[in-house]
Amino acid sequence: MLALATGLAIALNSQLLRAKGIFRFAFFAPVVVGAVAYSAVFRLLFNQNGAVNAALGLEFNWIFDPVGAMAVIIIALTWRWTGYNAIIILAGLQSIPKDLYEAAQIDGASPWQQFWRITLPSLRPVLLFCLVLSIIGTLQLFTEPWLITNGGPGTATTTLGVYLYRQGFQNINFGYASTIAYVITLLALVFSIIQLRLFGRDQ
Amino acid sequence: MKRQLWWRSLWLHLFLTPLALLWLAPLWLMFVFSTQPETAIFSTPTPILPGNQFVANLQSLQSDTNFLRTLFNSVMIAGIYTVLSIFLTSLAGYAFARFQFWGKGLLFSLVIATLTIPYFAVVIPQFILVAREAKTLLAILIGMGVFGATALLLAWLHFSPTLGRVMWLGYAVAALAYLFFGVPALREAMTFDFRLTNTWWAVILPALANSLGVFFMRQSFLSVPMSLLEAARIDGASEFRIFFRIAIPLVLPAMAALAIVLFLTSWNDYLWPLLVLSDREMQTAPVALGSLIGLTRVSWGGIMVGAVMTTLPFLVLFLFLQRYFIAGITAGGVKD
Repeated sequence: MLALATGLAIALNSQLLRAKGIFRFAFFAPVVVGAVAYSAVFRLLFNQNGAVNAALGLEFNWIFDPVGAMAVIIIALTWRWTGYNAIIILAGLQSIPKDLYEAAQIDGASPWQQFWRITLPSLRPVLLFCLVLSIIGTLQLFTEPWLITNGGPGTATTTLGVYLYRQGFQNINFGYASTIAYVITLLALVFSIIQLRLFGRDQ
Repeated sequence: MKRQLWWRSLWLHLFLTPLALLWLAPLWLMFVFSTQPETAIFSTPTPILPGNQFVANLQSLQSDTNFLRTLFNSVMIAGIYTVLSIFLTSLAGYAFARFQFWGKGLLFSLVIATLTIPYFAVVIPQFILVAREAKTLLAILIGMGVFGATALLLAWLHFSPTLGRVMWLGYAVAALAYLFFGVPALREAMTFDFRLTNTWWAVILPALANSLGVFFMRQSFLSVPMSLLEAARIDGASEFRIFFRIAIPLVLPAMAALAIVLFLTSWNDYLWPLLVLSDREMQTAPVALGSLIGLTRVSWGGIMVGAVMTTLPFLVLFLFLQRYFIAGITAGGVKD
């Protein structure tokens, strides 16, 4: 998703692109869509008799297949969050000084070289931030698996969030649920520390 | 050279256009399905043009859950939340940006540190506080009110910095004493039954002091030139007058961006309202919609109507106010 978001941000930043407003709207619009609304839409689209199967000519029952269910959730999340990350990366792109590219051009660097040698290193902190945000966000995933697959089939798509909800608020087992909450917190902490180490305070 | 650029531009469009269409497809189909009869939604090929069943679908949604009522709840909760939260976060942000006081660095670090705590770590104690121990919560709130009022009074009386330092210590001791003795005592004294569950306030109160909002408003107020505020102070304007008449108008665009983000977050929130609003008449629109999704005999057209009605206003707003939405999103992202 982050690779897609980076590509998208660069494409949307390109001076060669016409009708930027329309393209931006297309990719950024999911940002305002609520989790419940798009969960409902994706559940419907990936129904056995739904639009996706109709378009692909399949009879595949996505929601009741462990891999299929996981795929639906990943697709839904990608749809929702790629634009969000692209917005942040775009802001990062626009803060890269223009003279870096001008200097590179004078030195005869190809666009490809410019991307690897200037764009990516400059975007490193932003990309890391997006990565950690995505990981922590996914750790806390609840609404999408709860509504699209209900954590199933079996426990194939039961996230920590769904598990916590089941234990705490359906079985009224707050102690057990609190343990899950601690696990989520610890994992989030570990990823945040990794980010701090890689990203460093000096930047 | 020009020709080469033209080709590159063409490739870019050829690649990006199908992708954009693919991205818009779920939204478009959501709208189409909301206007189609139940049989058409599951037919092959999938309908791609709107039908005329919107009202019928709305009626079946309204009979499945009282959707218009839940929509009203959502509007009120998100509205009240946004107004109160903007007010509180801008006050706090202003204090952090423009006043020097003892312990400021520590306090601000604490506010920022809460940003890194995952929501699930908070949700269980928060639920117990709201659903079971609402009296404790009320006692704490009363205490905070008393302490806050005292602080304001002291600020108004213009205490000297050295005295302020001593006051801080006394203040901390008093607060601790209150937490250990005052809260249980106050709780015992409350004889009435008090529960927040199934009220709007159960959703509004816990999220009011939004640390991202405080951070965002602080950054905005930092950009207000100090000299302007000093000039007003010399002219004898009171602190509140300076805040409302000079500082606030200068950060209005930032406030608008924050307001949009806060409203949207509250509007789309699902887990917390699901926990504290069980009464069908009090639920928010996403919770009511979510309760339908798992059911077997349910009108999908109706659910799509609900999805459209909770989404469309923001899509239209987004079309016109994209700048503000994006400012709000990048505020959380680019922190340097």
